[in-house]
Amino acid sequence: MGYIPSIGMEVHAQLLTESKMFCACPTRFGDLPNTNVCPICLGMPGVLPVPNKKAVEHVIRAALALNCQIAPVAMFYRKNYFYPDLPKGYQISQYGEVHPIGVRGFLEIEVEGARVPVRIRRVHLEEDTGKLFHYLPGESEVDFNRAGAPLMEIVTDFPPDLHSAEAAKEYLVQLRAVLTYLGVCDGKMEEGSLRCEPNISVAPEGSAQLGVKTELKNLNSFRAVVRGIEFEVERQIKILQEGGQVVQETRGWSEEGAYSFPMRTKEFEQDYRYFPEPDIVPIQITDEWLEQLRATIPELPLQKADRYRKEYGLGAIETRILTADIHTATYFEQCVALGVEPKTASNWITVELQARLNETNTDIRHSKLQPAHLADLIELLQKGVISGRIAKELFDEVFQSGETPSQIVQARGLVQISDEDALRAAARKVIAANPDVVEKYRAGKTSVMSFLVGQLMRETQGRANPQRAGEILREELD
Amino acid sequence: MAITLEQMRHTAKLARLELTDEQLTELMRPINALMEHFERLQALPLDAVEPTSHSIPVFNAFREDEVGATLARADALANAPEARDGLFIVPRIVEE
Ligand SMILES: [Zn+2]
Repeated sequence: MGYIPSIGMEVHAQLLTESKMFCACPTRFGDLPNTNVCPICLGMPGVLPVPNKKAVEHVIRAALALNCQIAPVAMFYRKNYFYPDLPKGYQISQYGEVHPIGVRGFLEIEVEGARVPVRIRRVHLEEDTGKLFHYLPGESEVDFNRAGAPLMEIVTDFPPDLHSAEAAKEYLVQLRAVLTYLGVCDGKMEEGSLRCEPNISVAPEGSAQLGVKTELKNLNSFRAVVRGIEFEVERQIKILQEGGQVVQETRGWSEEGAYSFPMRTKEFEQDYRYFPEPDIVPIQITDEWLEQLRATIPELPLQKADRYRKEYGLGAIETRILTADIHTATYFEQCVALGVEPKTASNWITVELQARLNETNTDIRHSKLQPAHLADLIELLQKGVISGRIAKELFDEVFQSGETPSQIVQARGLVQISDEDALRAAARKVIAANPDVVEKYRAGKTSVMSFLVGQLMRETQGRANPQRAGEILREELD
Repeated sequence: MAITLEQMRHTAKLARLELTDEQLTELMRPINALMEHFERLQALPLDAVEPTSHSIPVFNAFREDEVGATLARADALANAPEARDGLFIVPRIVEE
């Protein structure tokens, strides 16, 4: 019997702001513990939280981009629980479906070449918690630098629209793309600025009911999301096949061990006793404000991909790479604006540049090889000033040094040799050095020509114009 | 509807109050008196009235996204029952 997995996604995105959600402490990452704190984020008595307008606007923009209905009036609630990562004894959050900023939206994803909507239940704003360390037995150490940082929660609708690990990953890929396009989150899963907690269940094919679900934590990369969900689906199917029952629980994922494990459950069922945050007045989102924010929403990843395909005739895979994050798309568009033919720009970016960026773990924004460099390089190549081989070498060099290609070419005499006499001299040298091959050519085995051209390229340190080289070799041999 | 001892225990636990059953039973009387007030409020025909969470007609009290002063770490930790190396020390809640 087959089983159908169902996956719900709860995603937390740290918002890109300078200061925290309700106080003016910096949100900077990596500072000494408990240095970015103040009486408000430490929950000292008598303080008053005041919401960060930019964080509110980030969430409204994200909710708009995710096709949500925006609440005319949004409210904050207190979610009460005792845990040492929260100094106040409650988290300021929004409450379920009651006045969150956005509800009932959808995000389009691409599954097997088709666009499919994934329904979104809510998009809301809350504050992040502090960080606990467990160095010594019996105690925990607390750093409140992150406590009170603005956090957006995005939850998919129920029953789930996602039915495979790959679809769940695709949802996350598209969500991350939208959030980074909007500039509301940097999308770094490894650093925890984008965190994903899927809930997973399996049910026999044809069953009207969903199975018992488990929630998975500690997924710090796209790879972990796929492997973690796949493992959990298989684990649950095995339990059901053996006649057992899945236990509803929260499980952690071990990326090193590639298995999930039960996390210790809380001592008793949580009872959060939500109530409206009395210290923060409601947020009224007027049509005028909404329209102002709507106007700031850029062309989104899938729209961009459509346009690249239509306007530039690019293929599906390359448009996906180019539009996966806003910075790669911007890079590409800058090249096109500098007059590079889109298909050519796309080839260099999706093949050569991506490979170098991956090898060196470099963010495209920090690439020393800038769009102007690439445009310069491509122009040198297309005008026949340099050969393709030199172009690749130059590419590597500029990627490392950030120098201007045309200046390197001039300084080092890398200009392609199209000069008749020089090429002819080199061709004769090659012919003289390879009598066996020449014999074969004359015997009618013309396929050896590419070898001879290669030798000529070597002779000229890659500076020969390959087309002209072939012609001259043929002339010399015939 | 009167509150039960079981509900009293749950409520005390949520508030992290350590109370004996005698103390809880004693507290049930004033709490039940309070509950009666709420029952009287519940009986009012308020279906057509929007819930009021804030009594003043004020919206959108925001601050701009600007960084301001933070506490010196020594001050932040000054009232902590226990601190070490710039970190608050608390009893372990969840075993790893
Ligand atoms: Zn603060």
